[in-house]
Amino acid sequence: MNDLRKTLEISTSPHIASGRSVEDIMRNVVWALLPATAFAIYAFGIGALLTLSVATLTCVATEHLLCRGGGRRSTVGDWSAVVTGLLYGLTLPPGLPLWMVVGGGVVALALGKYLFGGLGYNAFNPALVGRAFLQAAFPAAMTTWTPALAPERFQVLPSSTLTLPFMTPDYSLTAADGVTGATPLALMKFDQQPTGTYDLAFGFTGGSMGETCGVLILLGGIWLVARKMMNWRIPAAIFGTVIILSALFNGLDPARYPGPWFTLFSGGLMLGAVFMATDMVASPMTSLGVVIYGIVIGALIIVIRFWGGMPEGVMYAILLGNALSPHIDALTQPRVFGYKSGLKSERYHEDYRQ
Amino acid sequence: MQPEKPIVIRKEVVRRGSADEFLKGLWRENPVFVQVLGMCPVLAVTNSAINALTMGLATAFVLLLSNLLVSCLRHYIPPQVRIATFILIIATFVTVVDYLIQAISLEIHKSLGAFISLIVVNCLILGRAEAFASRNSIGRSLLDALGMGAGFTFALLCMGGVREILGGGTLFGVALFADNYQPWVVMILPSGGFFTLGAWLLLFNRIKQRQQRKQPRLQARLQEMGSEQ
Repeated sequence: MNDLRKTLEISTSPHIASGRSVEDIMRNVVWALLPATAFAIYAFGIGALLTLSVATLTCVATEHLLCRGGGRRSTVGDWSAVVTGLLYGLTLPPGLPLWMVVGGGVVALALGKYLFGGLGYNAFNPALVGRAFLQAAFPAAMTTWTPALAPERFQVLPSSTLTLPFMTPDYSLTAADGVTGATPLALMKFDQQPTGTYDLAFGFTGGSMGETCGVLILLGGIWLVARKMMNWRIPAAIFGTVIILSALFNGLDPARYPGPWFTLFSGGLMLGAVFMATDMVASPMTSLGVVIYGIVIGALIIVIRFWGGMPEGVMYAILLGNALSPHIDALTQPRVFGYKSGLKSERYHEDYRQ
Repeated sequence: MQPEKPIVIRKEVVRRGSADEFLKGLWRENPVFVQVLGMCPVLAVTNSAINALTMGLATAFVLLLSNLLVSCLRHYIPPQVRIATFILIIATFVTVVDYLIQAISLEIHKSLGAFISLIVVNCLILGRAEAFASRNSIGRSLLDALGMGAGFTFALLCMGGVREILGGGTLFGVALFADNYQPWVVMILPSGGFFTLGAWLLLFNRIKQRQQRKQPRLQARLQEMGSEQ
């Protein structure tokens, strides 16, 4: 018996390590986000640089302080807080007061991640939790867009960025050099005024900082997929659903519903589908589940954009998809080897409840 | 092997002082922060301090009078129909309070809406009638109701105050900040109720944990001192 105990080591699965660490993947996500980040700074000037740095620093500092305060080892070193911070920053409108950026960043890390137990336990994408909180708390500031490519963007900050904490942002100075613009989505929804596909794809439009240039986001996504660090099925399912549904409705009523290319490249769809919906923790694990998850998110985006009160719905669609993903996982468990397919689901649910 | 004598668990009747009977509702057995009862009004009507205060006082009023009546009638209510009787008594006083608020301020009555009538099904009131007033003397029941009512009002004010200050920059309708204060709209919305309740529960549990950690040390120290003497 004693000999056996020495030679046979019993442990739970997984038994084969991929050799990849959390740090490795997260660092690569940051590299993949850099083109879109660089374009955001180019299009929105030093205001964007400041806002993105503050967002990232807030998230990293919050994670560090919470870990320390809770008596745990700080998990800042795994780069996940940097990814969250950068993604969160990219979803914000340029010219958002910095104190709101800090507030949302703290909520993203504390409420969206730390309260659930940290990385690996967060039910929702933390960056989107922060953004959703800001959207609910400050709806006016979150839907005021300073225009892209303003001539003096590298010399002056938008007047609203440096608003004192707890004060209403003042957009009057920004409005003087170039009226606070509407996003292509709002123009389409409220004025039936489409924007050219070329402008949309290359980001010469108003919008959140990181969402405008679809091509660069796609480039980062392709790089991650090529390095097998992202599940390509999620964005593919979202894009497919969105293209099919918008083509269908555009065919029925072209004046009211925009076509597939507009829907694909406008708003936060590209950023959300490539970098947010693919959150490894909050998305399902099975291959079939991932496709269902993508289809659900794509359909929700179309429903909210076409029939909802708001012009944009990517954030809520992804958060709802996150909420559904454990259930999708439970429904799409593969057949366990040696079990009949009928029995397995009941068996799985029993395990799942424990 | 059966023990020869049946094991008798001795029931220790702890007689509390009347001050303690009142104070337990305020802090140690606070209906909202400790017992987490009556969540419907706690979350729904605490979007402003005045709504919270009105709801707290109305609930305390109903609690006081229903505890009084239930305690008076406790020997006459047949146990089979006691819940129905309690609800009937509570509903009577809710109707009274409903008309009372309507007479004092129609505006507050409107903003509280259906939640005044819903005091009938507030589990705090039924809980006190069932667990306390139907088993205790009139005086103790009144003290219990006063304490619980005050604790409930205190908790609602904690919620309503924070939500109104953050969500509107005012407290009881008085502006607290400069004109360009940016309100956190989310705090007035239902989700803000959950955020605030969570934060308060966090704070209270933290304080309670601290007290519990201190208590054994205190008792050990007292015993030490006793043995020294």
